[in-house]
Amino acid sequence: MNFNLTEEQQMLQDTATRLVRDGYSLEAREQHSRSEEGFSRAFWQQLGELGLTAVPFPEALGGFGGSGVETMLMMAEFGRGLCLEPYVQSVIYAGGLITQLGNPSQQRDWLPRVASAQWLLTVAFEEAQSHYHLNDVQTRAERDAEGWTLTGRKAVVIGGHQADLILVSARVSGESRDEHGIGLFLIDPQAVGVERRSYQTVDGHKGCDLYLSKVRVANDHVLGEPGQVLAALRYQQGRAIAAQCAEALGSMEEACRLTLDYLKTRQQFGMPIGQFQVLQHRMVDMRTELEQATSMAILAACCADQVDSTERSRTLAAAKFIVTRAARSIAEQAIQLHGAIGMTWEYALGHHAKRLVMLSHQFGDDDHHLKAYSTLLDVA
Amino acid sequence: MDIHFTAEELAFRDEVRAFLKDKLPQDIADKVRLGKHLSKADHQRWQKAQSEQGWYATHWPVAFGGTGWSAVQKHIYEEECAVVGAPRSIPFGVSMVAPVLIKFGTAQQQDHYLPRILNGEDWWCQGYSEPGAGSDLASLKTHAVRDGDHYIVNGQKTWTTLGQHANMIFCLVRTDSQAQKQRGISFLLIDMNSPGISVRPIITLDGEHEVNEVFFDNVRVPVENLVGEENHGWTCAKYLLTYERTGLAGIGVSKAALDHLKRIARLQLSEGKAMLDDPLFRAQVAEVEMQLMATEMSTLRTLAAAKDGGVPGAESSILKIKGTEIRQAISHLLRKVIGPYALPFVEEELDLDSPDEPLHADYSATLARQYFNLRKLSIFGGSNEIQKNIVSKMILEL
Ligand SMILES: Cc1cc2nc3c(=O)[nH]c(=O)nc-3n(C[C@H](O)[C@H](O)[C@H](O)COP(=O)(O)OP(=O)(O)OC[C@H]3O[C@@H](n4cnc5c(N)ncnc54)[C@H](O)[C@@H]3O)c2cc1C
Repeated sequence: MNFNLTEEQQMLQDTATRLVRDGYSLEAREQHSRSEEGFSRAFWQQLGELGLTAVPFPEALGGFGGSGVETMLMMAEFGRGLCLEPYVQSVIYAGGLITQLGNPSQQRDWLPRVASAQWLLTVAFEEAQSHYHLNDVQTRAERDAEGWTLTGRKAVVIGGHQADLILVSARVSGESRDEHGIGLFLIDPQAVGVERRSYQTVDGHKGCDLYLSKVRVANDHVLGEPGQVLAALRYQQGRAIAAQCAEALGSMEEACRLTLDYLKTRQQFGMPIGQFQVLQHRMVDMRTELEQATSMAILAACCADQVDSTERSRTLAAAKFIVTRAARSIAEQAIQLHGAIGMTWEYALGHHAKRLVMLSHQFGDDDHHLKAYSTLLDVA
Repeated sequence: MDIHFTAEELAFRDEVRAFLKDKLPQDIADKVRLGKHLSKADHQRWQKAQSEQGWYATHWPVAFGGTGWSAVQKHIYEEECAVVGAPRSIPFGVSMVAPVLIKFGTAQQQDHYLPRILNGEDWWCQGYSEPGAGSDLASLKTHAVRDGDHYIVNGQKTWTTLGQHANMIFCLVRTDSQAQKQRGISFLLIDMNSPGISVRPIITLDGEHEVNEVFFDNVRVPVENLVGEENHGWTCAKYLLTYERTGLAGIGVSKAALDHLKRIARLQLSEGKAMLDDPLFRAQVAEVEMQLMATEMSTLRTLAAAKDGGVPGAESSILKIKGTEIRQAISHLLRKVIGPYALPFVEEELDLDSPDEPLHADYSATLARQYFNLRKLSIFGGSNEIQKNIVSKMILEL
C-alpha cells in the first residue's frame, strides 16, 4: 500500500493548483458566474491547451490515460477554487460515455474535441419524476427509416445552456422505470424542436431544462445499442461521482481552513473565539468529517476506473454517502462558527457552503446512496 | 395536571381563527406559504388589519393599547397566525423597543412612540451588533458624546435587519469610555433620516437584501431620545433580550413548515411513488415531527410556569435551541424533497405574480434559498452556543 503521488501526479497537481490560484479569485469567479456563459471560456480553453481536459482519456484516443487518481487531484483544486467549468459533465461523464459506448468513428469525431476543450458536452438524464434514478425515463425515442425522433423533457441539465452537444437518455421501449429499453442520443441544442430554459443555480453555476419536441436524431448520433445503455450510464455516473467527491473534498478543505483561521483571529470576550473549548471540539468534528471524506474520496478515485462490479458500485455509493454527509455538516458548522459573517455573499465561505450542499442534489443525495448501498449490502 | 387548553382558551382560539379567516389577505398568506417575497406594503397591510382588531401589540398592557393577553393566549395567537400563513410581525418596534419604553421610557416617550408603532407610522430597526461586537455585545464601540441638548453619535452598527425600510433605530451606544464594558452604555432612539447616517446593504448568501450596515458620522440626537438613565442602557438591553428570545422557538412556524413539507412530499415522486411513501424519507419527517411535539409541550410548560406575569427565564434558551434546530431540520428536508430542482435559482419565481409558468412547481424556487437563509436562526437572537452558556450557568449553575 502506498498513498504517495508519483512525480507526474505531483506535477499535475501543481499545475492545477497554480491555474486555479492565478485564475480563480473570488471576484473573478463572481464575474464568470454572472456572465452569459456562467463560467470562464478562457479558463476552459486553458485547461484544454495544457491538456487537463485530456487527462482521463485513453492514450489510444488521444488522451493521457489518467486514472481516477489524476482526476481526483485536478477536481480537488477545482473545488478549492469553486471553479464553474462543467469538467465533470463534459470530460468525465459525457466523455466517458463516448469512450465506453462510441463506435470508432464516433470516438474519432468527437473525443479529440472534448479532450481539447474545443467542445463542451453535458448529460441530460434527470426528469421531473426521476429523483436521481437513471432508469426512470419517460422521454421517448421513436425509430423510423432515417433515425430517431425524441420527445420529452429533461430536468436540470448543468452546463446545458452552453453545451455544443447534449447526451440525452430516452426510452425506446418498455415502461417508465424498466431497466431495459433506454437509449442514449446526442442532441444538438440548436436542432429543430429543442427548447431550453436557462437559469443560474443556487451555487453560482448555470444550467437549463430541456424541452424536446419531435427532435430528429440521425443514426450516427446514437450511442451504444438503443435499449441497452443503462449499465453504461450507471458506470459512468460512478466515475462522475468519484470526481465530484474530489471536488467536494477541495471545497471542504477550504471551508475548514477558512474556519480555522477565523477561530484564531476573531476576538470576542477579549480572546480569540478559538479559545472556547466548545468551538475547539466543533472544529475537531469538522476535521474528523474531513478525514472521513478524504478517505472515501481516495477510495472512490481508486475504484472509479475498475471494471464494473458490485464491489465497485458499493464503494462508490459509500463514498457519495459519506462525502455528502460530511459536506453538509462542514458547510453548516463552518457558517455557524463564523457567525453572521459566514452568511454574507461577499465572503468565500458562503459560496463553499452552497456548493457543498448543492452537490448532493446531483447524482443522488445521501438517502439515495444509503438505499443503493443497503441493496448491495454484503450479508454473506 | 391537565394538558388541555381551558374552555376560555379554546373559545379564544376560535375567535382568533375567525379573525384570521376574515382578515388575513389571501395573497399575503399565499406568499408566506410558498416562500415568496413580502413587500414592505404587505407587512404594513397585515399590521393594519391586526391594529384595527386591537391585536397588534400582544405583549403590551391594555393601558398602552395592548391586548393584555396571558402567555398562553399569546402563544395561541402566534401559532394560529403561523399555521394559516400570516407573516410574523417585524419585531423591532412592537416586540422590542416598545416593551423597553413601557418599562423604562418617560411618559412623553411612551405617548409619542407607542401610538406610532400601533398605527404603523414608524418602522424600527435594531442597532445592537457591530463588526467587533457580536456575541460579546458589551464590547460595542459606537459612542455618543453630550453636546448641550444633543448627543453626537459616531460609529457603526451592522447586520441591521430591514434597516433599509426603517425610519427609526434603537441603539446601544457608549456614553462613558472610562467605565468598564456594560456600565458605560446607553439606550438611544435615533431618527434614521438624521444627517450623518448612511445605510449600506449586506447581501446574504441566498442573494437577499435583508441586513445592512449603518454608519453614524457626527449624528446629532436630541437628549430626550435617551431611554432610561445615561450609562444604564445595559439594563434595557438585557430586558429586551428576554423578550427577543421567547418568540424564537417558532412552534407555529415549524408546524406550518412541516405541513408544507408533507404536502410537497405527497406530490414529489421517487421510483413512481410519493416521496412521503418512501420509508426512509418518511422516517425523517416523522422524526422531526416528534421533536416538534416535544418542543411544543416544553413551550407550553414554560409558558404555564410564567403565567402569572413576567417572561420565562433561562428555560427559553432551551426552547430557542430546540426550536431553531427543528426549523433548520425541516428546511433541510424541504430542500431534499425536490431533488435536482433544488438547484435552479430563478429570481422571478420569488414573486407571487411572476407571469411565467414555474420551472418545476410554485413552491420549488425558494426551498434551497430558505435552507441557507435559515442558518441565521442559530446565529442571531443570541447564538445557540451562547444559549448553551446561559443554560449551563443559569440552570445548571456550572
Ligand atoms: C440574518 C441576521 C440578522 C441579524 N439582525 C440583527 C439586527 O437586526 N440587529 C442587530 O443588532 N444584530 C443583528 N444580527 C446580529 C446577531 O445578533 C449576531 O450575528 C450574533 O450576536 C452573533 O454575533 P457574530 O455574528 O458577531 O458572531 P460571533 O460573536 O463572532 O460568534 C462567532 C461564533 O463564535 C461563537 N461564540 C462566541 N462567543 C462564544 C462563547 N463565549 N462561547 C462559545 N461560543 C462562542 C458563536 O456562537 C459563533 O458560533 C443579525 C444576524 C444575522 C445573521
